[in-house]
Amino acid sequence: MTTSAAPTADHNAPDVPDRPDAARVPALSISDVSHSYGPRRALIDINFTVAPGSFTALLGLNGAGKSTLFSLVTRLFGIQSGQIGIFGHDVGRAPGEALRLLGVVFQPRTLDLDLSVTQNLLYHAALHGIGRRDARLRSGEVLTRLGLADRAGSKVRDLSGGQMRRLEIARALLHRPRLLLLDEATVGLDVKARADILGHVRQLVAEQGIGVLWATHLFDEVIASDDLVVLHQGQVLAQGPVARVIAETGADNVNSAFMRLTGATANVGGTSP
Amino acid sequence: MSSTTSKPAGSGFSFGEYLTCLSGIVWREALRFLHQRERFISALVRPLVWLFIFAAGFRQVLGISIIPPYETYILYEVYIAPGLMAMIQLFNGMQSSLSMVYDREMGNMRTLLVSPLPRGYLLFCKLLAGTAVSLLQVYAFLAIAWFWDIAPPPAGYLTVLPALILSGLMLGALGMLISSGIKQLENFAGVMNFVIFPMFFASSALYPLWRVQEGSPLLYYVCLFNPFSHAVELIRFALYGQTNWISLAVVGGCAGVFMIGAIYAYDPSRGLIRRGPAGGET
Repeated sequence: MTTSAAPTADHNAPDVPDRPDAARVPALSISDVSHSYGPRRALIDINFTVAPGSFTALLGLNGAGKSTLFSLVTRLFGIQSGQIGIFGHDVGRAPGEALRLLGVVFQPRTLDLDLSVTQNLLYHAALHGIGRRDARLRSGEVLTRLGLADRAGSKVRDLSGGQMRRLEIARALLHRPRLLLLDEATVGLDVKARADILGHVRQLVAEQGIGVLWATHLFDEVIASDDLVVLHQGQVLAQGPVARVIAETGADNVNSAFMRLTGATANVGGTSP
Repeated sequence: MSSTTSKPAGSGFSFGEYLTCLSGIVWREALRFLHQRERFISALVRPLVWLFIFAAGFRQVLGISIIPPYETYILYEVYIAPGLMAMIQLFNGMQSSLSMVYDREMGNMRTLLVSPLPRGYLLFCKLLAGTAVSLLQVYAFLAIAWFWDIAPPPAGYLTVLPALILSGLMLGALGMLISSGIKQLENFAGVMNFVIFPMFFASSALYPLWRVQEGSPLLYYVCLFNPFSHAVELIRFALYGQTNWISLAVVGGCAGVFMIGAIYAYDPSRGLIRRGPAGGET
């Protein structure tokens, strides 16, 4: 995978990891990770990295193991075998340091519907040890960035699906992570909301140098400049820059490259670069 | 919430960060409680029904002899008041675990569990938050009960506080432990039948244990080993400025064991939370 340029300095920039070799370590490294639910193997010897400042699409059909992988990275599940590192911090051994650098948007909605937009953000900030005054400042910043400043006092249950997703991204950014994981973040949204959210995330990569792992089953969310990891039935079938994966499979776009790799026949995700 | 967020060099979290996290969890729990007015009212009505109807009816049937901590004959309503206070905490503890099952099903629990602070600490904060909510309910009950001639010594309102915190932690930790083993919200009805009712009725909440012993020696031992009995007695003695040391030891010990069990159960690498992804996830 390629490594993008270091982020430019600004007050919204993510907290810098406290490791001298931070610039060289991957934002996310998955090494020999396997996971089983009883006899069913959900992930088999997964290996890949996400570079800081890169947008990496984790492409796979439903049931490929994307959510299981996210649960392992976020420590919702224990790691059965292999290692996961976030900027060099082992998730299994130093979860606090690792999770501090991580922002995550899960596939199911995880907002508290009865609280307001700001209250949800303040709660998240508290869970990261961010004091009330600082949390209010940061909330204003992320809500403005995500175009939700005018909904700060609204109950979450009054937001549209797209707004809820943007709020979840705002919340994931509140503690200024260096790595952002998004699991099927656009599922159930209309075309415009999907494009908006994808645009916001790509902007974050470009402007703040955040590493992004974007799990999706929609081919049209992958563009030529992305890095790509193809996950199928718990195994990584291909990884690298999109152009290289396409070239290696002899295909002419992501869609057909994916079909050749997986032997799938159905086009589940629309157009591709 | 604290505004102290100075981050120490290297690993670890500052005291201010721990405090901020605690106050944030308590604040959120209080907000949710205030948003659920029905929950507050029903939590209050339940013990009041027992006090106003059940106790009034049984006043003439059940005589209470002079037993510690009481120094004179007392009305039956006075006797069951500590039991009803503990009942509020029992229901609150189970309600908290219900909300944890709900949060887990709805996905909200992930917000808590992916916090970088130690998971054991997060769960302890959650327990403290639930206990704080139960204290509000208990004191509201005591305020109403005062008009019903249940008037412990004024200092008792203060001396009972540590006992309520400890019993609230024990019952909350029990609820948390139970919630870790419940996979679906619908299964929670079983908790009512298999936990709340047996714990409450097989205790000293409604009748002194010496009376139970007269009726059924076996039930007496069940009541004696029921930690809820000791929560009731701890509260009863504390309300009159005294300490029941055996109950204190039992409640403290059980609180510790249940808490360790709950933290173990929610540990991703070992505990009961280990399961496949939620429906629809891949």
